[in-house]
Amino acid sequence: MKWDICDPSVQYLLHLGDDALILGHRLSEWCGHGPVLEEDIALSNIALDLVGLARQYYQLAAERVGGGCTEDDLAYWRSDREFRNHVLVEQPNGDFADTMARQLFFDAFHYLQLEALQNSGDAQVAAIARKALKETTYHAEHSADWVVRLGDGTEESRRRMAAALERFLPFTAELFTPAEVDRVAFERGWGPDVASLKGPWDHLVLEVLQKATLERPEVPHKLLRGKSGIHSESLGFLLAEMQSLPRAYPDATW
Amino acid sequence: MDLGIVRDVTATPDGCEVCLTPTYTGCPATERIERDVREALEELVGAGNVRVRTVLDPPWTTDWISEEGLRKLEDYGIAPPPKRSADKRSLLGIRTPLACPKCRSTDTERIAAFGSTACKALHRCLECREPFEAFKCI
Repeated sequence: MKWDICDPSVQYLLHLGDDALILGHRLSEWCGHGPVLEEDIALSNIALDLVGLARQYYQLAAERVGGGCTEDDLAYWRSDREFRNHVLVEQPNGDFADTMARQLFFDAFHYLQLEALQNSGDAQVAAIARKALKETTYHAEHSADWVVRLGDGTEESRRRMAAALERFLPFTAELFTPAEVDRVAFERGWGPDVASLKGPWDHLVLEVLQKATLERPEVPHKLLRGKSGIHSESLGFLLAEMQSLPRAYPDATW
Repeated sequence: MDLGIVRDVTATPDGCEVCLTPTYTGCPATERIERDVREALEELVGAGNVRVRTVLDPPWTTDWISEEGLRKLEDYGIAPPPKRSADKRSLLGIRTPLACPKCRSTDTERIAAFGSTACKALHRCLECREPFEAFKCI
């Protein structure tokens, strides 16, 4: 992209914003396809919260990039290597149980991350986090409810929920493995040491799994580097769709 | 004003500046509100003389809604957020029973945590059987 986005505080804002935008986009794919009307509405609402959150981070990043850079430039004109989200959030939706497993894992992490960001040395980030934390509590309540309901449900729902946990658990190690962007943020007092969130996260997730009468699957972790720009092929397809309109018609306005 | 999203208004040499704070992070009406504020003020001070600034700190919560605002929500048929719920207990699953905006019974239940907009949840009254929307506490 034509803007210089190398500044460490911009990189950190992009990392935070990219998780929200990419997961928000994935959830928006459920719009019109939810298993029941209330779920269609819930998933679209959560998507809306996340895209709104991404916009706040991007607006702040764009301001710091300067020179007329906008939130849209950051969302639509970066390539996959320039995205700093976790590989977990870009994974395709799968079935409803898959989406709920991915969501529970992310919501629990997101909750802990925002809780820490409330005390960020970056005052603007702290202000964004204080409100987003409350909205994320609603998200976590929603995904936890569904994991319990499906896990402790019928034979079919239980089988699918267990398979979904097995599919997504290997992606969660990246959440707690500091990358360059995390290390710099921690050193400068902008964000938490992500490794320290692992204990509380295990605790939260295990509590939900116990209620769901599900076992935590024993699966090897994947070595992932999404936060350094190395993504799965899924992100390329997602961006191709998400960015196609502004790239085909750069002057288009609403 | 009643929603508590106008933080400050100051006069500038050729017009005025308004500081607005957004409500729910994903609220798509944020830009509409900005535009409406700008247009309403431009009627008074002239086109191009209104500056609208977004303030994020301190973040908005439902506690910023005035008493008058809570009453207007209820009159419109939307159950207002539990009053001055500073401990945010409703977020932790401990819910104060909401009064039905139609018959005022507190024998109500939540149907879904997510409603037609980012700020509302879906409830129903077990007394008069009317479904109603409730403003979400954040």
